[in-house]
Amino acid sequence: MAIFSVYVVNKAGGLIYQLDSYAPRAEAEKTFSYPLDLLLKLHDERVLVAFGQRDGIRVGHAVLAINGKDVNGKYTADGKEVLEYLGNPANYPVSVRFGRPRLTSNEKLMLASMFHSLFAIGSQLSPEQGSSGIEMLETDTFKLHCFQTLTGIKFVVLADPRQAGIDSLLRKIYEIYSDFALKNPFYSLEMPISGGGAGAGSDLPLTRPSRARGPSWCGCSAGRRRQLCWLRRSLPPPRRLCSSCSAWRWC
Amino acid sequence: MSRQANRGTESKKMSSELFTLTYGALVTQLCKDYENDEDVNKQLDKMGYNIGVRLIEDFLARSNVGKCHDFRETADVIAKVAFKMYLGITPSITNWSPAGDEFSLILENNPLVDFVELPDNHSSLIYSNLLCGVLRGALEMVQMAVEAKFVQDTLKGDGVTEIRMRFIRRIEDNLPVGEE
Repeated sequence: MAIFSVYVVNKAGGLIYQLDSYAPRAEAEKTFSYPLDLLLKLHDERVLVAFGQRDGIRVGHAVLAINGKDVNGKYTADGKEVLEYLGNPANYPVSVRFGRPRLTSNEKLMLASMFHSLFAIGSQLSPEQGSSGIEMLETDTFKLHCFQTLTGIKFVVLADPRQAGIDSLLRKIYEIYSDFALKNPFYSLEMPISGGGAGAGSDLPLTRPSRARGPSWCGCSAGRRRQLCWLRRSLPPPRRLCSSCSAWRWC
Repeated sequence: MSRQANRGTESKKMSSELFTLTYGALVTQLCKDYENDEDVNKQLDKMGYNIGVRLIEDFLARSNVGKCHDFRETADVIAKVAFKMYLGITPSITNWSPAGDEFSLILENNPLVDFVELPDNHSSLIYSNLLCGVLRGALEMVQMAVEAKFVQDTLKGDGVTEIRMRFIRRIEDNLPVGEE
C-alpha cells in the first residue's frame, strides 16, 4: 500500500480528518508457558515488551490480545490487569498476540498539533522571506508530504518513499475536501469532519474509484483502491500485490 | 493528471433557469419573512458571506491560482477567473481610485436577475446582494477585508450593474504560516 495515512489539519492546528490505510501490521501470536521469557512493562496505558526478542516479537511491541480476546489498554477483556494475569502461573499455558501498537485518536490529535507547530517553525527558520512551511519530510520508511492552502488548511499525506504523484494527490484531496466538507451546509468550518452523519461518506472519495477514468488500472473488480492505483501510472508499473484483491498483478 | 480526471465532474451542466428560479424564490421568501427591505438586504449579505467562506476553497482547489500580491491582481482574478467559473460571465474592471484600493466591477448581464422586475414597494431592495456577501466572505478567508456594494443595478433602471469593491485592510490575525 503506497499511501499510509492522510491528515487534514485546520488553521489552528487541530486535526479535522484522519484516514489510515496501513497494510496489515506485523503481528505474532504465540503460546507461552510459565515463566514468560519476555520482559514486559507498562507504558502509557499499554503493556509493551521491554526486553526479549523472539519469533517476530520485538522490543516495543504491545500486547494486543490474550487467548484470542483483545486487551483493553492494560486490562484484559475480563477486567484483570495484564501484568498480574501473566505473572500468575495458574493462567498458563496462555496464547498472547504481540504487535506494533496503533496510534490512538488522542495521540494523532497531539501529533497533528505538533506538526502544525513544526510547520510554523520551518517557515520561520527560512533565510528567505515568505517561505512556505515544511513541504516534505523524508525518512527511510515513509515520506510525509504537506500542502498548505491559501486559507491555512494543511493536507498531510504519509506515503511510501518511492511513490510519485503525491502533489497531484494532495490537490485532489483539496478538491474532495472542498466538495464534501464545504458543500455540506451542516458542516461548520474548521470542525472535525465526521465519518458518518453530517460528514457521511467523507472517507469514501479517498478510497472509491475515480469516476472519470475507465476500467480499473489493476483489473480487480473490487476496485476499492482504484484512485491510488491510477496514480501509480506515473511509475513504471511494478509487479506488486494489489491491495484490494490480494493477487499479484501489474498494478 | 488528476486535474484532468476531475473535469468529468465539471461538465455536469445545470439549467441556469433553475438557478435563477431558486434565487428568486429565496429572495421572495425572505421578503415575506422580513417585510423590510433593509433586513432582507442584510440577510442576503449574511447568506452570501457563508457561501463565500466555503466557495473560496472550492475556487482555490479548482483554479490553481497563486497568491495575489496586490489588489489589482485580486481584481483580475475575481473578474476573469472567479466570475467566469461560477456565473459564466466576465465583468470588466474600471474606475480605479487613485490610491488603487477601490475599483468597480461592471456586469453587462447578471444571471441572477434574468426575467426579474422589481415592484415599486421594494424599491430599496438590493436583489443581488448575495454577490456582495460572497465576495466579502471569500476574500476574508484569504486575509483581505473588503467592502462590496452595488452602485448601479439594471433592476432599478440603470444601464449596467456595477459593484464597487473597496479594500479596507489586510487581516493580520490567524494568518497561515509563512504569509506574514
